[in-house]
Amino acid sequence: MNKNQVQWLGFMFLSLTMVFILLVLGLILYFIIARGIHVISWEFLTQVPRRAMTQGGIAPALVGTFYLTIGAIIFALPIGLACAIYLVEYYPKSIVINIIRLSINNLAGVPSVVFGLFGLAVFVRFLGFGVSILSGSLTLGIMILPGIISATQEALLAVPQSLREASLALGATQWQTIRKTVLPTALPGIMTGVILSVGRAAGETAPIMFTAATFYTRGFPGSIFDQVMALPYHIYALMTEGTFPERQTAIAYGCALILLILVLLISAIAIILRQRQRQYGTV
Amino acid sequence: MEQYDNVRIRAEEVRFFYGDKLALKDINLPIFENKVTAIIGPSGCGKSTFIRLLNRMNELIPNTHFEGKILLDGVNIYDPDVDVVAIRRKVGMVFQKPNPFPKSIFENLSYGLKVNGIRDRHYIEERVIKSLEEAALWNEVKDRFNESALRLSGGQQQRLCIARCLTVEPEVILFDEPCASLDPISTNRIEELIENLKQKYTIVIVTHNMQQAARVSDYTAFMYMGELIEFDRTEKIFTVPRDKRTEEYITGKFG
Repeated sequence: MNKNQVQWLGFMFLSLTMVFILLVLGLILYFIIARGIHVISWEFLTQVPRRAMTQGGIAPALVGTFYLTIGAIIFALPIGLACAIYLVEYYPKSIVINIIRLSINNLAGVPSVVFGLFGLAVFVRFLGFGVSILSGSLTLGIMILPGIISATQEALLAVPQSLREASLALGATQWQTIRKTVLPTALPGIMTGVILSVGRAAGETAPIMFTAATFYTRGFPGSIFDQVMALPYHIYALMTEGTFPERQTAIAYGCALILLILVLLISAIAIILRQRQRQYGTV
Repeated sequence: MEQYDNVRIRAEEVRFFYGDKLALKDINLPIFENKVTAIIGPSGCGKSTFIRLLNRMNELIPNTHFEGKILLDGVNIYDPDVDVVAIRRKVGMVFQKPNPFPKSIFENLSYGLKVNGIRDRHYIEERVIKSLEEAALWNEVKDRFNESALRLSGGQQQRLCIARCLTVEPEVILFDEPCASLDPISTNRIEELIENLKQKYTIVIVTHNMQQAARVSDYTAFMYMGELIEFDRTEKIFTVPRDKRTEEYITGKFG
């Protein structure tokens, strides 16, 4: 084989893997849509479930997922940002910092069900928050914390050192430099990471299974100490519990479709932001 | 030579380490008021390292170590009780690559004033216009204040950076290879600018371009392998250098 043939083979292999990936994605979409589309209606999105989950809608689960996700972000965003700024801007490249970075990366690899058990032990039992939005949000928050920290770190590291120098050389303090130059420049990158974390928090089942979610509530949650229905857990519950498995399965696919659309929308926002960042470019 | 000119900065026994590696070896150098001092030498000789010591910019690099003194008007800027922010306001810097903020032209120029606590809108505008005039950029940007600074050409960006540096009224300006990434026409304009700026400011310029050093500077320091080999009036360095290495470098035998 001459080198052109080798190149042709190489490209061929790369194209095939691309086709394979698209195929998998297409199949997932096809099956979820084909099985879920017919249960989706305005009522499905806006009503509470009735008749042992076989009729009515999933509105409480949507609201619950919304609360849990917002709660997780409120908790994780400030802490994650502060942590990343500290790690990147204040003490770069020491051994201690490297150990901390390593720990954060390892935290990102902890299985989500372990976070669920941790949340049960600490927030539900030890701190006495009970099975509630608060416990679930805190658990999800801890789960997405490493993602937010590493996305923010990367965005901060991508800010050219020359901009920091320019600011400092004008007599700005380090804090002014971070606030007025580094953070605004890194913002699109940070936003991208945060939004992807939102998608992850919205879609996870295991962390909220023991800390926040319940199979059924009559209406909407009234306080952060209430249990809630949540979309991913609702799918799990429909498939494993209840008395009318066939009818529940259809609804589960409907929920899955909604969840998929939700997460895709969130990712789309992240992609748009990233494109925009490319357009303006960094110096 | 020192009886005619006023010493503004004096480096005394300056040594600088990157980790264990000694990058500057006992540098002693005066910088004279309202003169242009050029620092020349082959790549890696320590000239950029040296100029970045004059406004304590090297402190940003982890795992480095400084010994000696750098006296600005007789005060060691490395004394623990000296405010580094005040030093950097007094000693401005223009960098190798143009580094405008990804903000509008006006925001780039008002930045330095704002971080130094100036809020008076009229005063800020006045300083911005004056600095642009001094940096010979006013005519090109006067109608484009709200445009992104990144849309300017490379040469314009570098003059914007010079104007940005001038807004806070420094007394000394450090130029670290300011023309390294510019075309000959832009380089020419920056050189003219430096020529004019020395009426008001004390200027230090690092350059790897010997013709540039000969054209713009009053004094020239030649550095080699972390040492200061020779320092004298520019015309002397370029006509009757005392050290053989200086002669070889300026005649292009190495470097």
